[in-house]
Amino acid sequence: MTLSTRSTLSDSAFIICIFSVLLVPFALAGLSLINAGLGRSRSAAHSMLASLCVPAVAALAYFACGFAWQGFSGRPAHLLLVAGRQWNWIAAQPFFFRGLELEGSPASLSAWLQMLSVGLAALIPLGGGADRWRLGASCLSTALLAGFTYPLFAHWVWGGGWLAQLGVNYGLGHGFVDAGGSSAIHVVGGFTALAIVWILGPRRGKYTMDGLPTAIPGHNAVFVLFGCLLALVGWLGLNCAGAILFTGVESGQVALIAVNTTLAAASAALMAAATTRLRFGKPDASLSANGWVSGLVASSAPCAFVNPAAAVLIGLAAGVLVTFTIEWLEARLAMDDPGGAISVHAVAGCWGVLALGLFARFPSPILNTVGHSRSGSAGAATGQWLAQLVGIATLLGFVLPLTYGLNWLLNRFYPYRVAEEGERQGMDLHELGASAYPDFAIHSDELMPR
Amino acid sequence: MKLTGFLFLLAGWLIVLAAVALLAPALPRSAFVLAGLGVEVLGLIFVVRSHLTVRGGRE
Repeated sequence: MTLSTRSTLSDSAFIICIFSVLLVPFALAGLSLINAGLGRSRSAAHSMLASLCVPAVAALAYFACGFAWQGFSGRPAHLLLVAGRQWNWIAAQPFFFRGLELEGSPASLSAWLQMLSVGLAALIPLGGGADRWRLGASCLSTALLAGFTYPLFAHWVWGGGWLAQLGVNYGLGHGFVDAGGSSAIHVVGGFTALAIVWILGPRRGKYTMDGLPTAIPGHNAVFVLFGCLLALVGWLGLNCAGAILFTGVESGQVALIAVNTTLAAASAALMAAATTRLRFGKPDASLSANGWVSGLVASSAPCAFVNPAAAVLIGLAAGVLVTFTIEWLEARLAMDDPGGAISVHAVAGCWGVLALGLFARFPSPILNTVGHSRSGSAGAATGQWLAQLVGIATLLGFVLPLTYGLNWLLNRFYPYRVAEEGERQGMDLHELGASAYPDFAIHSDELMPR
Repeated sequence: MKLTGFLFLLAGWLIVLAAVALLAPALPRSAFVLAGLGVEVLGLIFVVRSHLTVRGGRE
């Protein structure tokens, strides 16, 4: 069997890693606030409760079987022989963390980080299914995501799987590289959001009989914008910890990672604000917030391997992409995605993955924790862009059909969409029996048929 | 059309895998990977159109 170059971390890398993982819950808090703020006031409590339940289910499912499928580079895995080369396709770990010594090894830190990361991935579809996705259904869907879909792809990228081996086996750069999770966390979550949006259909009243979209603005811009600031803190931790654990960068790279993450978010938010200012006459708060998060998402994959100027460029492109794709998906493709999850996470995530192939300069010939690549040398790597394209093709051609199929099947047995009456009343009253804002009567149409 | 779209997505991915595993020279390998991605984009278009049709049917 191939594998690992690292079984321990240096003291400085260990301390930075611990501190970074401690920051990751801020990303979950930020995304929860953004999702709640972009939804209706009549579903705010439901949204926040789902934001608590979904990471909880994700952590338990990951503990039960997720880590067993994902594993960690250098640990036992199932191998296939394809055209004379070994393809590592799934981990072979015991369930319930058995055999994993939680004593500070990279594998144990990875398990801790992944319990949080899978929760972040599971929060993403909540933005797409806001105002109509039942709480029980979102928890069941999360169990599928955290128990199988996410760990499988994460193994291919971060567990020494076949995507990470593309460099060793076929000379494609350093293999598929994703330091902070643009693909494994955000595109997987974004494609799950796309599947959920397709399965649920649009909210009542979102489209007129002529098929024209109507505006249903988010109920609390303050939640959304404060959520963005919290998300930055979480992303700094996510990118630093991921880069150290999964790509094996040195602890000294942390400054570059933090600078790149911040620059990408800043340039994406400003670009989104400028784009909406030019198009609509005034900057749009929710689209600017989506721009900020799209910059964070796009920065995740290449954060440790690009210079700050490239990070700005990546952020600028993400900011433009997200503003146009949100409008395009809503107006032209009839996808009602209140949180902008598909554009912000799937589209910007794919851009981040591709950007690594275009702009990355690698600090050392050893990368990706699966050993020396054939073309391994410091600097630009031959074929890296092709490895990144293979990763995107895998997300589009395997992960999207898989997640759609699993959710479609689950929807047959446990309907995802709330009853018509519930949508009219609001998710808070219908599913929880109490409103998030009981002192205010802020909507007059909740009990009237449309 | 939805099923066809998903089959195209899967077929495109298999083309990409085959290109990586079976073709050694850089140019044909890159060309087939791009072709596989093209098939996937076609599949995505089919799936999106199928959902547009369903929505139109409901209205």
